[in-house]
Amino acid sequence: MASDKDLDRPDRRDFLGAVTTAVGAVGVVGACYPFVSSMNPSKDVKVKSTSLVDLDSIPEGKTHTVEWQGKPIFVVHRTDEVIADMQASSTDIDPQADKDRVQQLQWLVVIGICTHLGCVPNRTESGWSCPCHGSIYDNSGRVLRGPAPKNLVVPPYEFINEKKIIIGKA
Amino acid sequence: MLKKAFSWVDERFPLSEVIKHELTEYPVPRNLNYMWNFGFLAMFVLIVQLVSGIFLAMHYKADVNMAFDSIQHIMRDVNYGWLIRYLHSTGASAFFVVVFIHIGRTLYYGSYRRPRELLWWTGLLLWFLLMATAFMGYLLPWGQMSYWGAQVITSLFGTTPVFGEEIVRWLRGDFVVGDATLTRFFALHYLFPFIISAAVVIHLVALHWVKSSNPSGITLRAKDNIPFHPYFTIKDMFGVGVFLIVFCGFVFFNPEFWIEADNNIAANPMSTPAHIVPEWYFLPFYAILRSIPDALGGVITMFMAVAIFAILPWLDRSNIPGGALFRPGYRIMVYVFFVDVLVLSYVGAKPPEGSFVIIGQIATLIYFGLFLLLPFVSSHEARRSREKGLPHEAERLIREEQEDLLRREHGVRRKGDEERLGQTDKGFQGEER
Repeated sequence: MASDKDLDRPDRRDFLGAVTTAVGAVGVVGACYPFVSSMNPSKDVKVKSTSLVDLDSIPEGKTHTVEWQGKPIFVVHRTDEVIADMQASSTDIDPQADKDRVQQLQWLVVIGICTHLGCVPNRTESGWSCPCHGSIYDNSGRVLRGPAPKNLVVPPYEFINEKKIIIGKA
Repeated sequence: MLKKAFSWVDERFPLSEVIKHELTEYPVPRNLNYMWNFGFLAMFVLIVQLVSGIFLAMHYKADVNMAFDSIQHIMRDVNYGWLIRYLHSTGASAFFVVVFIHIGRTLYYGSYRRPRELLWWTGLLLWFLLMATAFMGYLLPWGQMSYWGAQVITSLFGTTPVFGEEIVRWLRGDFVVGDATLTRFFALHYLFPFIISAAVVIHLVALHWVKSSNPSGITLRAKDNIPFHPYFTIKDMFGVGVFLIVFCGFVFFNPEFWIEADNNIAANPMSTPAHIVPEWYFLPFYAILRSIPDALGGVITMFMAVAIFAILPWLDRSNIPGGALFRPGYRIMVYVFFVDVLVLSYVGAKPPEGSFVIIGQIATLIYFGLFLLLPFVSSHEARRSREKGLPHEAERLIREEQEDLLRREHGVRRKGDEERLGQTDKGFQGEER
C-alpha cells in the first residue's frame, strides 16, 4: 500500500482524481446517448423513409402523385414530344439541363412542393403552377416564373428494374 | 476568468455562500456508516425516474385504445425504448428498496428522534407521495394487473361512509376504471414527481438545519464533524457505483423480475386474473388490509399502519439518545418489526386462505403492538440502562447533550448563565486533554 514516499507526492492523488473524473464524464455522456437517440425517428417512422412506385400503372402522358416521407412526389410519364421540347429549352431563374434532372428520359420524378413557401403546385398542360403565389414550372419541373427561387427538387431515387423505382435511401 | 465569473455571480446571488454552507463546510459526523448512503441514493433514483419518465412520455399515449400498444411501440420501435422503459420500471422498485432501507436505518438508529421530528415528517410525506406516484404510474401500461390493481385500490375509497360511491366515481371519472381514469392518472403521474422534488428540497432544508444523525445517536462535538465535500460526496458516489452494478444487473439481465407476468396481457374489464397481487412494495399493507374482516376497518387499519409512524418520536420515551446502539430492548423491537414486515409481505403475496389468514392477523397485531409497547419499553429500558451504567464515553456524551438541550429548552440567555455553562464546557475539554 501507500508508502511514505507516496504521501510526499500528492500529484499521484491528483492524477487519480483526474482519471476518475474523466471516466465519470465519459460514463455520463454514454448514458445520455440512448436518451438523445430515442428522440430520433423510431423504426415505424423509418419504414416510411422509402416509397416503392410501380411505373407500369402510369400511362404515357399521365402524372401520378405518390407519398414519400409524408410529402407528395410527382411521377410523370413523359411523351416523346415533351421530352424533345424539354431537352431543347432552357430556363433563367435556376438554369439546369433536362438530362441532369432525370435518370430515364420518359420518367420525371420531383418533390411536389413549391420551393417558394411549400404549397403543392397544380398540374397544367405545360408543367405546374402554384396556387399560392403564382410560380410556374415547366415539364421538367424547372421554375419559369417566380417568386419560387429554385426548380422543383429531385428526390433521391433508384430504378430497381425497368418498371419499378424506389424513392429515398433505405 | 473563472474567479471573475464567480465574483460577478456572487455579487448578485449567494453562490459561493451556498456551496460553502451546504457542501464544503457543511458538517457531517465522521462516524457515519454506509447506511447513511441511502438518502443520496434515493435522490439519484429520483433523477433517473424523472429523466426516463420524461422520455417515455414522449412516446406514450394515455388512451385506453392506444396505451397498451404504445408500450409495445416503445419496446420495439423507439430507439433504446426498451432500455428507457426498463430503467423506469426497475427504477420504481429500486426507489422503494432504497427508501425502505433509508426508513429502516432511521428506525434502527433512532434518527427520527428529537430534534429531527419535522425531518421525519417530511420524509414520511415523501414516502406517501412516492406510493401515490408509483400506484398511478402502474396503471399506465394498461395491462391486466395495472387495470385490476387500480380497480381494487380505487374501490378502497368506496368504504367511506355515506359518500363512498360518489367518491369512487369522482376518482375514476367513470363507472369503472376507464379512459378518464387513465388520462388523469397520467397527468397526475407526471405532476407528482415535481411535488416530490419540492418536498425533497424541504426535506434537505430540514436536514441541513438539524444536521445528520449518526450511529451513536449522540450529537457530536464540532471536532468530530468533517465537511460533506469531499468526504461524503466521494463516499456517496462510491455507493452510487455499487448501486448501479446491482441496478443495471436487473435492467439488462432480468428486467421482467419486477414486472408481474399478467401485466403483459392487455387490460380486460370483463375478466379478472385468477390471482391478483399489488406491486411488492405495497404487500405488507395489503396483508394488513386483508387481515381485518371488516371492509371499512381494513382500510382504516391500512392507512393507520402508515400514519402511525408520524407519532413515533413521541412514542419513544427513552432519555438515552439514538436507537439500537445503547438500547438493547429497542434493538430487539426493531428487529422484530423488520421480520414482522417481511412476514406481512409474504402473506400479502399469498392468496387469503387457510393459515395465511391467521398468520396475517397475528403479524398485524405484532405490527401495531410494537408501536403501542414502545412507550413502556423505552422508558423502562432507559431507567435500567442508566442504573446498570452505560460505557463511560457514552455517559459523558449523553450528559453533555442533555446539558445542551436544557440550555436551549429553558432559553438560558443571561450572560451569567452562559458563562457558568461555558465553564463546565471548558471543564470537559480540560479533562479530555
